[in-house]
Amino acid sequence: MLQPIITIENVSHYFGAGRLRKQILFDVTTIVEPGEVVIMTGPSGSGKTTLLTLIGALRSTQEGSLKVLGQELRGGSESKLVELRRNIGYIFQAHNLLNSLRAWQNVQMSIELHSDIPASESRDRAEAMLEAVGLADWATQYPNELSGGQKQRVAIARALVCNPKLVLADEPTAALDKKSGRDVVEIMHDLAKKQGSAIVLVTHDNRILDLADRIIHMEDGRLSSLDASA
Amino acid sequence: MFAIPLAWLQLKRETVRLLVALAGIGFAVILMFLQLGFQAALFESAVTLHQKLEGDIFLISPQSTSLTSMKSFPDRRLYQSLGFAGVDAISPIYLGLGIWKNPYWEGPPASQTRSILVIGMVPGDKVFALPEVAENQSQLRLTDVVLFDRASREEFGPISKKFEALKATGGLVKSEIESRRVEVGGLFSLGASFGADGNLITSDLNFRRIFSKREKGMIDVGLIKLKSGADLEKTLARFRQNLPGTARTDPKKTADQTKEDFVVGDVRVLSKKAFIAFEQNYWKESTAIGFIFTLGTAIGFVVGTVIVYQILYTDVTDHLAEYATLKAMGYKNRYLLSVVFQEAIILAVMGYIPGYILCLGLYNVTRSATALPISMTLDRGILVLCLAILMCVISGAVAVRKVQDADPADIF
Repeated sequence: MLQPIITIENVSHYFGAGRLRKQILFDVTTIVEPGEVVIMTGPSGSGKTTLLTLIGALRSTQEGSLKVLGQELRGGSESKLVELRRNIGYIFQAHNLLNSLRAWQNVQMSIELHSDIPASESRDRAEAMLEAVGLADWATQYPNELSGGQKQRVAIARALVCNPKLVLADEPTAALDKKSGRDVVEIMHDLAKKQGSAIVLVTHDNRILDLADRIIHMEDGRLSSLDASA
Repeated sequence: MFAIPLAWLQLKRETVRLLVALAGIGFAVILMFLQLGFQAALFESAVTLHQKLEGDIFLISPQSTSLTSMKSFPDRRLYQSLGFAGVDAISPIYLGLGIWKNPYWEGPPASQTRSILVIGMVPGDKVFALPEVAENQSQLRLTDVVLFDRASREEFGPISKKFEALKATGGLVKSEIESRRVEVGGLFSLGASFGADGNLITSDLNFRRIFSKREKGMIDVGLIKLKSGADLEKTLARFRQNLPGTARTDPKKTADQTKEDFVVGDVRVLSKKAFIAFEQNYWKESTAIGFIFTLGTAIGFVVGTVIVYQILYTDVTDHLAEYATLKAMGYKNRYLLSVVFQEAIILAVMGYIPGYILCLGLYNVTRSATALPISMTLDRGILVLCLAILMCVISGAVAVRKVQDADPADIF
């Protein structure tokens, strides 16, 4: 049996200090298997994004145990966390591309974090990835010359170009219309499946729930699992 | 290390902002270049005369403060020194500012008269390292004949042009100095200084004719030449011992300096180096000029720093979300700091180049307008480049604190 990509055990999280201290997550426990597509739903303020930033090593874990890619995040040093982030693909609600860089350069920014990929290969690889998301002809455009859906596809290419074992996405369709939103998630889903990457996707968008292997529901900082096939 | 020069690409993307930044930095660079250039030209011009004097030791009055405000002292001291071992030759020099009348005056509003530095020397003595002065020794012996500095300011009249034109026909330029009629017997090149707009050389006798109120036997500078092989330090020590009166030294000067610059009785004895330093110190310390130019340079530096800081801060603020994204992707803080510093250094170097080129032009304009010896030197070029880089690095160091605000957890 393969080790899970993510193991979350009794994770609780608080914001604020003193009397204003507020608990956001309550004893969250779950696992994500390699290659699994998990969609997390729930109302606003239920703690979905907080959990996602904890998994992504963007916040430090306060209580409980959180293992990502075999590494315990609680009490991990800043440099360890930075190292771990390099092995996770991120897709944000806004595309968050670098406006001064062309599409292929944006993708290449991700490749440059991996010293095992030779520089000579990196541009080819960036362009191949853009082709995979259907933007072969748009590789030399700047982000402001692309549509919202195209930008989000560049962001997907950037997140997936280094074959991460784990992809985290926070409402990637929020800024897109119905058609391009669905397209974007399908592309992400297909590529991740091909590469064997696990996906944790936070969304409000009911139209894409059918792409999940498993749906988890978050409410008031507590997790409840639903079966996708149900 | 990184295939994508993010710093440069970010600067290039905002073309207008980049141009504004470069204009600002170029402006600061020019300001610093001009201030430092003027300062150097001032100190340079103040001592061109000193540097052309062919002497090893100089005697002046202890009350003299600069070449244009000399007190005279008895020439007996100079003749006494002829008896000291090591002294080869001596020569008295007379200095005075006299009113020169422009013989080619074109009427008001320009003024017809202007004060000029008159230098009196004994004809035949080797006083100046100026070949034209040596060639015109016979002219100097004539009554009421002066040599005119062609590098004087043009307000004295087109003397050198007219001199050349009249020479062909055997005529001479005639003018008045201190209301005494004189003829220009020859030309030489020395240059204007902040203290004197122009120079005349004449004989000691003519000098006393022009400045008829001056006491006989009172001179302004005593020039002393040493025998070849004579030791400067030992000879100076003999001056200190043998001149009448008690020796005094400036307590603010170091022991080495007081060996070459001391007062005995009613004269101050200086080596050539100390004589030059004496003049430069006057302009540096006893006038506002040194302070003003240093302050001007500092202001240029501060202006540049503020401009670069503004540009970098705006740039970082605009890219904060992008920087946070890079952090989330696994870029270290160090990478982002290096981007900001790279931007700072790119700005410094790119702003320096047009500033430097423009400044060469401005130096030329200044040189032809003021007859001051202002020009670009390698030292100053490097100094200002270093200041420009330092300016940008300081701004960068302040602006990078903003990068710490980029929190990757905020962008989800």
